[in-house]
Amino acid sequence: MAQTNSIHWFRKGLRLHDNPALLEAVRGADTLRCVYFLDPWFAGSSNLGINSWRFLLQCLEDLDASLRKLNSRLFIIRRQPANIFPRFFKEWNISRLTFECDSEPFGKERDAAIRKLASEAGLEVFVRISHTLYDLDKIIELNGGHPPLTYKRFQTLVSSMHPPDPPVEPLTQANMETCITPITKEGQKDKYSVPLLEELGFDTEGLGPAVWPGGETEALARIERQLGPDVSTAWQVNFEHPLLNSSPLLPSPLGLSPYLRFGCLSCHLFYRKLAELYNKVKHGSPPISLYDKLLWREFFYTAATNNPRFDKMEGNPICIRIPWDKNPEALAKWAEAKTGFPWIDAIMTQLRQEGWIHHLARHAVACFLTRGDLWISWEEGMKVFEELLLDADWSVNAGSWMCHSYSSFFQQFFHCYCPVGAGRRIDPNGDYIRRYLPVLRDFPAKYIYDPWNAPEEVQHSAHCVVGQDYPKPMVNHTEASWLNIERMRQIYQQLSRYRGLSLLAAVPSGPFEDLNVNGCRAVVLPVTSKKQRGTNGHHGHRQTKEQAGPSGLKLRPGPNGHTSSIEHGGMTNKEACHFESIQEFVVPQHPGTS
Amino acid sequence: MKRGRISIKSKCQTFSSHEERAKRRKSGASGFTSIPGHPGRSLEDWGNLPHHVVLQIFQHLSLVDRARASSVCRRWNDVFHIPDLWRRFEFELNQPATSYLRSTHPDLIQQIIKKHAQHLQYVSFKVDSCTESAEAACDILSQLVNCTIKTLGLISTARPSFMDVSQSHFASALTVVFVNSKSLSSIKINDTPVDDPSLKVLVANNSDTLKLLKMSSCPHVSPAGILCVADQCHGLRELALNYHLLSDELLLALSSEKHVHLEHLRIDVVSENPGQTHFHSIKRSSWEALVRHSPKVNIVMYFFLYEEEFEPFFREETPVTHLYFGRAVSKEMLGRIGLNCPRLVELVVCANGLEPLDEELIRIAERCKSLTAIGLGECEVTCSGFVEFVKMCGGRLTQLSIMEEVLIPDSSYNMEQIHSEVSKHLGRMWFPDMMPTW
Repeated sequence: MAQTNSIHWFRKGLRLHDNPALLEAVRGADTLRCVYFLDPWFAGSSNLGINSWRFLLQCLEDLDASLRKLNSRLFIIRRQPANIFPRFFKEWNISRLTFECDSEPFGKERDAAIRKLASEAGLEVFVRISHTLYDLDKIIELNGGHPPLTYKRFQTLVSSMHPPDPPVEPLTQANMETCITPITKEGQKDKYSVPLLEELGFDTEGLGPAVWPGGETEALARIERQLGPDVSTAWQVNFEHPLLNSSPLLPSPLGLSPYLRFGCLSCHLFYRKLAELYNKVKHGSPPISLYDKLLWREFFYTAATNNPRFDKMEGNPICIRIPWDKNPEALAKWAEAKTGFPWIDAIMTQLRQEGWIHHLARHAVACFLTRGDLWISWEEGMKVFEELLLDADWSVNAGSWMCHSYSSFFQQFFHCYCPVGAGRRIDPNGDYIRRYLPVLRDFPAKYIYDPWNAPEEVQHSAHCVVGQDYPKPMVNHTEASWLNIERMRQIYQQLSRYRGLSLLAAVPSGPFEDLNVNGCRAVVLPVTSKKQRGTNGHHGHRQTKEQAGPSGLKLRPGPNGHTSSIEHGGMTNKEACHFESIQEFVVPQHPGTS
Repeated sequence: MKRGRISIKSKCQTFSSHEERAKRRKSGASGFTSIPGHPGRSLEDWGNLPHHVVLQIFQHLSLVDRARASSVCRRWNDVFHIPDLWRRFEFELNQPATSYLRSTHPDLIQQIIKKHAQHLQYVSFKVDSCTESAEAACDILSQLVNCTIKTLGLISTARPSFMDVSQSHFASALTVVFVNSKSLSSIKINDTPVDDPSLKVLVANNSDTLKLLKMSSCPHVSPAGILCVADQCHGLRELALNYHLLSDELLLALSSEKHVHLEHLRIDVVSENPGQTHFHSIKRSSWEALVRHSPKVNIVMYFFLYEEEFEPFFREETPVTHLYFGRAVSKEMLGRIGLNCPRLVELVVCANGLEPLDEELIRIAERCKSLTAIGLGECEVTCSGFVEFVKMCGGRLTQLSIMEEVLIPDSSYNMEQIHSEVSKHLGRMWFPDMMPTW
């Protein structure tokens, strides 16, 4: 019988535990080679910042070390996969290629090309889903062919599905059986070794120790700690409101999100451990909300999988077009922690230094950049997070930014975090600020969130004069949030065609689930009766020539053949004619003739 | 109009469907109904569809599609210019450096000013945060001389850039419209440097027709300026302004016998620096006069104040219907709302201190019998208190938007139970609002 020689291609899923595709690689195989492609030319110019690269290299080191314990190793290939795979297939006489399924649009395209190459070379290809809990296509199918647009709907869908598969056994000497990796020189550095940061062109001078060490070993240690003797801390980290001090804001030795992103930790394993934790603390079968952290991730993966423009506003069928400001100077102040709001600047400093911030901190800075204060596009914020945030999955990062800028997923928009009050509520003493902004260390708690309000003598005795040692606030939050809520109200009222006075009723909810996202079918969304009551009752005087029949947002195919859903001018002329109202100015957007 | 005046370059592929149909028609395979027994004799033809039918179709098309269609044949081209299709227009003025959105093409703007200005009735300008955009809007306004505009909206989509235009430039542009269009009925000029003299011109020319005036954040208008509008424009039904323009005299003027019933009054109460703004109070009798004259009036108040500035508000009965608190509001203030706002319909509280608001909410449920919508952001309510509130209000709460972290679990309810308990009292499925954990 001919030899079976496998390649397992690592991308995400940098682990030996719960790696079904890797098990496929060794099943009955004679040889196994694990490869990871890293293009050194790409490294310097990529969007990832130094912390993310360090984390990745540590993951690869760890993976290599674990494989070496099994008398194997990791081959780092400093080239592009499409260029080099055909040579390896031939040189190593490969008959089987395995890899973990990548659900993201870019990854799907890349993988389809490689699959084609492999099939043409006569290889068998095994792809296994393990980066997500569910088969995302099944969720979409269950929802009538389009991804759910609200988290509640998503929860309902997955509750009706089989629970996620339990993790599979890790790769061990035992299940490798006689499968070996032909290694020439043992333990020495060669052209396939994991590179150093310096080799990738990064300047490591002054780089502090990693607050988040990368790698599967670390990830498994963390998850064991979650279930260790201090169950209550784990419970608190996972499920409870932050207490009134700075500790939840600081990097926790229990934090797992970066490990999930690179796949050093299997989400299936985490899912099972959460259930065990629940059982230990609460007993009984856990509610679906137990898995919120994992399910939000899954929700965004589902929303993004068929949408290559998920990270853009233009041409993205689920994203509302909001007339954001372009303002590079203001963006730079935000990204470089120079806003003059200690709460915002401390968060951005932590992000840049360590690569992780608490989710409440993310809410705060995302709100500040977009809908709250600066009115700058979420795309800009997303790019900064992509560079700095260790756990910034493409789908989750873009999805969260859309969500927090109220650009999609239909959140209520009435509320905006105060860059002074919100932090003070979490950490009244300001310890977090003192830690990341030492320049403010000596400010009394009373003024540490708004140092510009401190009397001069307080500033002097704190050795920090606002305007000299620390910037003045870059915006007047009250004024900005007041303007912005009004802009948002205008946009949402046009969208929902709700004409009443209630701010809360302007956000379309439930019925939007019927929205056909990817198709071209026009959908009329019903509006609940109370909204119509608002329309008719309060505006009886209006000179409407005719009332729109089933008033609702009508979707038209957009420029890309997608339903251009919610462009805030997507109305047709006729629809606009229903609004010959003296009250508002809903006018069809003239699409320009350039 | 010459073809291609509106650029129709490289749009040929979009014509293909028309062209194909045209070919089919020529080859006898018409898509139109043939008269029975007379095969091949078409009753109708795309080219000689009745005018009103083409018009009807055009009304469903965007401007770009109409422009494309207008180059199909002469008749369609004629329809393209029918005044009915040019009643409303939204000028979008953005600069590439400050906005992601495109602008209305300058050629189109010119064409509208030349050919369709007299047809315009509903005009709005959307400008980005760049001063040039706002100035360009003023330049267009200055050219709208032969118009009968009914509604005019000046909308800043990002920063209030009209405020950066020189006051004289802005005033003269606006005056052109006020003077030339003598039947203006609604004007939305929030965040602009409109001033008292401009309003006088408005009143002098449009007092019989004006029904709506939105002018929040117009710092150059004085209480006397707005009073002049209220005194003369008896048809005014909707008014939006900042609190510093609100006076007892204004409310009384709006309640005079000659005046129609007021329908909406929106008041923005904003302070920029803590403690530096002192807010006057409005007499109870003035509010009462307004509600007596206009019993159904909606009074909407947006508050962006520091806690200590709330002192003058809601000390006495106030007929407010919609209340929005954009900044932290004190417990005490919310307590007064329960006591003194019997007409309250909607209440939104974005932030509050750390003490639970149970008592205040329950009092509001008890006293504000019209309350149908409530939104709570950064504040705290115990689960039991919240359930009690919902139970008292019941199904009349049509909008109930509570951030998940607002609800503090207690011995009676945890987060799971509260969802089912609240749903039960509302008679529909309800969940707290949640943001992704990220």
